[in-house]
Amino acid sequence: MALFNLTINGKSQQVDVDPNTPMLWVLRDHLDLVGTKFGCGIAQCGACTIHLDGNAVRSCQLPVSAAEGAKITTIEGLSEEGDHPVQKAWLEHDVPQCGYCQAGQIMSAAALLAQNPNPSDTDIDNAMNGNICRCGTYTRIKAAIHTASKNL
Amino acid sequence: MKTFPDKINRRSFLKVSALAGGGMILSFNWLAGCKPKELETLGMPKEWFRLNGYIKIGENGLVTIMSPNPEGGQNVKTSMPMIVAEELDADWKNVVVEQAPLDTDNFTRQFIGGSQAIRIGWNALRTAGATARNLLIQAAAQTWNVPAEEITTEPGFVLHTASGKKAHFGEMASLAATMPVPEEIPLKEISEFRIIGHSHKNVEAKNIVTGKPLFGIDYKKPGMLKAMIIHPPAHGLRLKSFDDSAAKGMPGIKAIFQIKSHQDEYERTFFDTTSFTDLVAIVGNSTWEVMNAKKAIKVEWEPFSTYEEKRDWNGRKEIRTIPGGLENEASQIQQMAEASKKARIARKDGNPETAFAKAAKVIERTFHGPFLAHNCMEPMNFFAHVQPDRIDCAGPLQKPELTEQALSARLGVPIENIYIDMTRLGGGYGRRSYAHWLIEAAVISKEMNAPIHLQYTREDDMTGGIYRPMYRATYKAALDENNNLIGFQVNAGGLVEPPLYADRFPAGAVENYLAEEWTVASNITVGSFRAPRSNFIAAAEQSFLDEVAEAAGKDPIDFRLELLKKAKENPVGERNDYDPDRYAGVLELVKSKSIWGQTPAGISRGVSAYFCHNSYAAQVVDLKIENGQVVVEKVVQAVDCGLLINPDAAKNLCEGAAVDGIGTALFGELKFVEGAPDRTNFDGYRMIRMKEVPKTIETYFVESQVDPTGLGEPAYPPVFAALANALYQATGKRFYNQPFINQLNT
Ligand code: FES
Ligand code: FES
Repeated sequence: MALFNLTINGKSQQVDVDPNTPMLWVLRDHLDLVGTKFGCGIAQCGACTIHLDGNAVRSCQLPVSAAEGAKITTIEGLSEEGDHPVQKAWLEHDVPQCGYCQAGQIMSAAALLAQNPNPSDTDIDNAMNGNICRCGTYTRIKAAIHTASKNL
Repeated sequence: MKTFPDKINRRSFLKVSALAGGGMILSFNWLAGCKPKELETLGMPKEWFRLNGYIKIGENGLVTIMSPNPEGGQNVKTSMPMIVAEELDADWKNVVVEQAPLDTDNFTRQFIGGSQAIRIGWNALRTAGATARNLLIQAAAQTWNVPAEEITTEPGFVLHTASGKKAHFGEMASLAATMPVPEEIPLKEISEFRIIGHSHKNVEAKNIVTGKPLFGIDYKKPGMLKAMIIHPPAHGLRLKSFDDSAAKGMPGIKAIFQIKSHQDEYERTFFDTTSFTDLVAIVGNSTWEVMNAKKAIKVEWEPFSTYEEKRDWNGRKEIRTIPGGLENEASQIQQMAEASKKARIARKDGNPETAFAKAAKVIERTFHGPFLAHNCMEPMNFFAHVQPDRIDCAGPLQKPELTEQALSARLGVPIENIYIDMTRLGGGYGRRSYAHWLIEAAVISKEMNAPIHLQYTREDDMTGGIYRPMYRATYKAALDENNNLIGFQVNAGGLVEPPLYADRFPAGAVENYLAEEWTVASNITVGSFRAPRSNFIAAAEQSFLDEVAEAAGKDPIDFRLELLKKAKENPVGERNDYDPDRYAGVLELVKSKSIWGQTPAGISRGVSAYFCHNSYAAQVVDLKIENGQVVVEKVVQAVDCGLLINPDAAKNLCEGAAVDGIGTALFGELKFVEGAPDRTNFDGYRMIRMKEVPKTIETYFVESQVDPTGLGEPAYPPVFAALANALYQATGKRFYNQPFINQLNT
């Protein structure tokens, strides 16, 4: 066990955990931020996507010890009021079915748009290919990303 | 207006003291913190008045509607309350929705399965709304001292036109709650609908996109511990012993022990299937700590020999033999081929033997479908707290009522003392009907005397059994010299269940018809999987018909329409379970919307249609092969699910079904090597991803006033065949074996 100082959604937080603990479980079990989801634990599904200094990363592969000093954003901190252009576009297109994968999808999409405000279909395919949706909402996700891109 | 005799679970519409008292309401208050929907006008009321099991109204006019069924993406949490709100004549923007707990006194069939929620709930939901509206009218009549017949409603208000009196529902709610419940209640005409048939957004969408705790995996209670299990790595093995010496002292670990989910003598009902009853349980403070300890436990497994399991299938007693042994794919395929020779006749019309003997052309093809894992994105999990006088459970499950019975039997606790809260499901697709993990959670909680949350890893989930069965079907068609279909045979079976629907199309359209089925026993467990049976047999049948149409020199749509005409005008047999007009309807619609007959340059196109879960769907798939990859340019689909409740949400479901179907047909597969699944996570099990998704999906609905029917499943099965038929056009090869990727790669 060791103490780690983390900056999450603009707030400083301290946790006392095993240094190898993935950020996914630090968020979910220790900080009550359960919006970030567990899907595979091996960087294959994207359900656990968060932003580390603005980049989309799989939190199931990010040990807490590597997250110190970085700016972490989770779905809960993407916007104050749930009104990030990506979230708004998701509502406009009524994207979710079961909804389980959607936090990860939104975090991947938001990171893409921050780096590439005007993505082509191919850019979207590449950026979103790591996020699985068993319900099959992909076509709406793509449409919503285009809408969000117009409203950035 | 038509009146409905109010006999559908009348208790639901009475004033409900049990709910008003709060016990059951309080038990799911943890969710009440997240406002289900942005309120556009009204805030939260100071006081609620409950009009019946579904409806409570605040003094300020805000209406709460309970959504009875579990929500796993079918959007019932929006569409079912829409139906109640319609008959209540509520103003949708002042409606909030709450998930009802399992409550068999107040609600019927709180299930997910078979796409039946709306079809079966339709009248009950409407009656609940109409009854409450009547109570408000009675209250207004008494308050204003005017005859009830003169009072009408408009969204959120009662009014008396003659005197100009008008009040919002909240003003009448307290008096309405004391009014007598009418014996008979008129329902609206379809033309009067203001909510049904208009698109309304998912009531939970805001909570989903902001990451609120909605799912079972998010459930927390003070003092709650985390638990995991270890199950055998292969079907055919069971727990012999384990050594936890390295794990016991690891940080955060509370206990490691053996559990038994079902007792050996337990008589299992339909959804009590489990692969592994003897498990190692690990309990600790946090998920990561428990995961680490899990890896440090050394377990010894041993093969089991053939044994018998007692079953009670809806009152039909059965002894099921579970064979011992570690199975391999090759031997399974061989066993299926053997079994197909000893099939049982499920239906026979005319004289198929003679028809085949005198046929000018006979076509015979065999189709295979592999085991499939459900792969709900939320891995299996459940919360349980077993206390001396009650059991509290919470989490995602599809058949809470049945699971409650199984739990009651396992722990010897009466059903009245079991409380199950239904969280949102991160996908279900059939998998969460088999709730052995709930029983496991409860057994662990009892042992620990503490609230626990049991979490499966993805590997536990994917390798734990309950798969889509492995299937095989052989089709045979006889054409006469004029290319008329004079004989048709299907021989279908599976490991462990058969996929046959003997009375479905083309039964009824062919004079000489034979349907046979068979099964092969196995220790690999199987269960319902999105559109059970249809998810394979539709693909086989609709691919085969494409080939028969080609052999007959006919257009595949015209060929089907011809057969449907025959089934309508001159049906063979009496048990045909489809409506030829509605079947033809979706084909006609997809034909016109896809501009059939004018395939764009460079595109290959396939068509398919199917009937299941009381609804009809037809699809045209347009694709091309680019650098060896399948690129689906477009899917055009036509669906007839009766009256549409929430059109855009219905579209979303059908789009998802098409995507999921294409993904499963192309990539879905699980094989067994010495009893062990050959893939354990998404690195091996290929799921459809953004790059492989159809570029465009167009969904059209047949306009209909027929009572609404299922939608979660019907668009899923046919797309497999539309894809296979388009692939044939692109490659010149027929695709008989799922997943198609294997053949594409060779
Ligand atoms: S849980 Fe991290 S990628 Fe799947
Ligand atoms: S919405 Fe269900 S997995 Fe994506």
